Amino acid sequence: MNGLTPPTAGASRAGARLPGARRAQGVAWLVFGAFLIAFPALFTNPTITSIAVFTLIFMTSTTAWNAFSGYSGYLALGHAAFFGTGAYTLAVLTTDLHTPGGYGVFWFVPLGGVVASLAAIPVGLVALRTRRHTFVVITIAIFFIFQLLATNFSFTGSSSGEQTPTPSWSAAGYNDRFYYAALVCLAIALALAVLIRRSRFGLQLLAIRDDEDRAAGLGVRVTRVKLVAFVVSAFSVGMVGAVYAYFLGQIYPQFAFDPLFDLTIALMAFLGGLGTLSGPLLGAMLLEPLQQYFTLQFSAGDVYLIVYGALFLVVILLMPRGIVPAVTDFVATRRVRRSNLAEQVALGQGGTQEVASGPAVADQVQAVPGGA
Amino acid sequence: MGTQLIHAVVDGVLTGGVYALMAAGLTLIFGVMDMINIAQGILVVLGAYLSYVLSVHLGLDLFVGLAVTIPALFVVGVVVEWTFMRRLRERERTAMSILVTYAVALIIEGVLSIVFGVNYVQLHAWYVDRSVYVLGFYLPYIYLFGFALAAVLLGALYAMLYRTRFGASVRASLQDRTAARLVGIDVARVSTICFGLGVAVTAAGGMVFGATNAFNPNTGYDLISRLLTIVILGGLGSIGGALGAAVLMLVLEDVVSVVWSPVWSAVVFFAVLVVVLSIRPVGLFGRSMARAQ
Amino acid sequence: MTALLEVAGVSKAFGGLRALDDCSLSVAEGAIAGLIGPNGSGKTTLFNVITGYVRPDAGSVSVRGETVTGSSPARLFSLGVGRTFQLTRIFGRLSVMENMLVATQRHEGWLRSVLRRAASAAEVNHALELLDFVGLTRLADLPAANLSYGQRKLLELAYVLVADPQVILLDEPAGGVNPTLVNEIRDRIVELNASGKTFLIVEHNMEFVMQLCADITVMHQGRAILHGPPSVVRTDQRVLDAYLGGDEDDEELDDDVAVG
Repeated sequence: MNGLTPPTAGASRAGARLPGARRAQGVAWLVFGAFLIAFPALFTNPTITSIAVFTLIFMTSTTAWNAFSGYSGYLALGHAAFFGTGAYTLAVLTTDLHTPGGYGVFWFVPLGGVVASLAAIPVGLVALRTRRHTFVVITIAIFFIFQLLATNFSFTGSSSGEQTPTPSWSAAGYNDRFYYAALVCLAIALALAVLIRRSRFGLQLLAIRDDEDRAAGLGVRVTRVKLVAFVVSAFSVGMVGAVYAYFLGQIYPQFAFDPLFDLTIALMAFLGGLGTLSGPLLGAMLLEPLQQYFTLQFSAGDVYLIVYGALFLVVILLMPRGIVPAVTDFVATRRVRRSNLAEQVALGQGGTQEVASGPAVADQVQAVPGGA
Repeated sequence: MGTQLIHAVVDGVLTGGVYALMAAGLTLIFGVMDMINIAQGILVVLGAYLSYVLSVHLGLDLFVGLAVTIPALFVVGVVVEWTFMRRLRERERTAMSILVTYAVALIIEGVLSIVFGVNYVQLHAWYVDRSVYVLGFYLPYIYLFGFALAAVLLGALYAMLYRTRFGASVRASLQDRTAARLVGIDVARVSTICFGLGVAVTAAGGMVFGATNAFNPNTGYDLISRLLTIVILGGLGSIGGALGAAVLMLVLEDVVSVVWSPVWSAVVFFAVLVVVLSIRPVGLFGRSMARAQ
Repeated sequence: MTALLEVAGVSKAFGGLRALDDCSLSVAEGAIAGLIGPNGSGKTTLFNVITGYVRPDAGSVSVRGETVTGSSPARLFSLGVGRTFQLTRIFGRLSVMENMLVATQRHEGWLRSVLRRAASAAEVNHALELLDFVGLTRLADLPAANLSYGQRKLLELAYVLVADPQVILLDEPAGGVNPTLVNEIRDRIVELNASGKTFLIVEHNMEFVMQLCADITVMHQGRAILHGPPSVVRTDQRVLDAYLGGDEDDEELDDDVAVG
């Protein structure tokens, strides 16, 4: 363990330090990336690619959400507002500008992200002044304001919603373009998450999570840090909202601004592991196909409400830290048991558990790394 | 316009009383347990549906039916608390409670949708359909009865809090759970009962709400967002604050509806919350926090 | 010597409780000043007022002549006032090194801090130096929550030093710490003082305070009742009364055991 290398905010656990583990992780990500890129070529069935598009959309959203809420500890339950904003940006602008269907429409995707970020600034300024639980409530309230505004303004089509251009691509491979658009959004969201995590900024966020007042007392500009993270997370969510709008062809206020969206992305992050990088991805990949399956199988979508709620309860109560940390802990503990006992003695920590958790520094909301 | 305005204010006050009852339950739960019960909205709807079943299938009068629905919801509250809320660890329990109760709310909504479908229903009784003429407009009796009910129940709540020994335990727990434990108060039991009470009031609120509004399982979202707004404005944990905020907000909403448009009155509801919290992050009546030391 | 830190007539009441009652104190530059008093005399509250965690009802606080009453903790921090806490406040889920790095950020734009890696080599080295100074280097990668109480105190000291403050307020640095570490802590303070830092230390460990501080203020019921060198404080009747509740007792205050 070379103490002189700057520890990245997130890789300071014994398990991730060994060069073998690091490389293994890198390889895993590469393979995963390759798989994602090759996916539409491997699975050409449009039902499957359609599910894949939605899954990517959620993977992006939950990654972005986690980069704010997971690292700062402030649970935002109103990100659907930004999703909808991105969606409506694309829909309204393409309608007003009479943009024809085709690749050109994809230029509105980053625009959707930008508009969502701009919307996030005043929202963040207001919401982030409050204490943590008031914060959750105010994000919910603001979300409802967005939904109501979309339903009532005529430029957003009121309750009949808004249409998006229909591209004239062939049926086979139609979904693929949306797939790749969503994949690009995911890549951006992941890049942003990694950037945050490894930077000083990310460290400050994590410190805020542990003890905001102390961080402030040490000179961390807490409001600024929180606000920036909040706005950045809105960006990716806004982008995929735009992709969603284009993909669906028609958006309505209650779907573009869906309260269930917020709980879903939170659940995905919790299931996979709040504060980790791979956790939310895993959570999304498990849950979204499940949700799509329910929507397709049972015409009444209400059963999945029950399944979601039940699943959430199970996760929160039985596996509060999520899958990824639980697994990495397990693996790491086994590795420690096999390792040199003298090493532990030399550290003089005796009974202290050396390996606290996996690659993630920011453990879940409840757990403090075990130990002395 | 004048009559309409008076009508709006009276309406607001009367409905405000009922909302105050439901919000009081929510704020009590927070005060004693530091938990936010997102399911409060859907529980109101559940209460309304229960009243509906009793009224339509058993022919029971709505108020009589309360004798069944209030205890029933009390039990529901106790079961939820005992099964789920207890398991939440002390650290971050508020955030966790939000997620857990949100999940519970989803389950209840799913069940209600399956059992009752998504069609709107409304409760009926003679006092719902008939009105009294007062101050230049017609006022359905249910508004008056509902307000009276809310007043009675809130009064009972106050009496319980300030006159009984149990109430003293509740107030102690409201102030400081650890200290309460140290003097021998069974805080866990107090919490469970308070959660139950907080939910039980939704039965009464649900009945009145269901009689004055058409509802379906989706109505829960609108309700909880309003209740949360009221509770935050009134200051989390303050029952008096919830009362004041409820009446204030409902009057405001009704007045805006008359003066401007019904479409925007809902937006105003939330906008007020946002504005107030920007200026005073602890709500209208909340206590300001000292910087943590 | 000029007064680096000046507290004048500060009062603070919490509800009906008068925590501070017209309290005044001044710390000369380069001094190691001690602040003692029985439990409840207002020492920690005074610290909180000085460092901006609590706003006083009356009175003023100034640093190098500049009034800072009611300023935020961050402002005090930027003025070179550092402070530790009685109940250590560290970032439990971050490693010891990361804890240090949080304190090393400078006032740069947020954009740069996003793009920068967590720490430059210079900052890491500085952090390591400080960890070395307090003897925690070998624990640099452990989550801070795993540290023992005494080690946390050392970490708190290290952190406070990161920004190179001129005035350091220590709230019970020796409280609950084993005797070997207490000596370590004392030696560090002496070293730092020799290099120009001023200290104000709250402590219950009388031996620690008497040995270390040239200048001691005694507080009782929210006000400063005496100010002077150890020899004076040790034998003053008022101080004995404050601690022993008015009993006529000739015992010197020299063997109080550290209270956690």
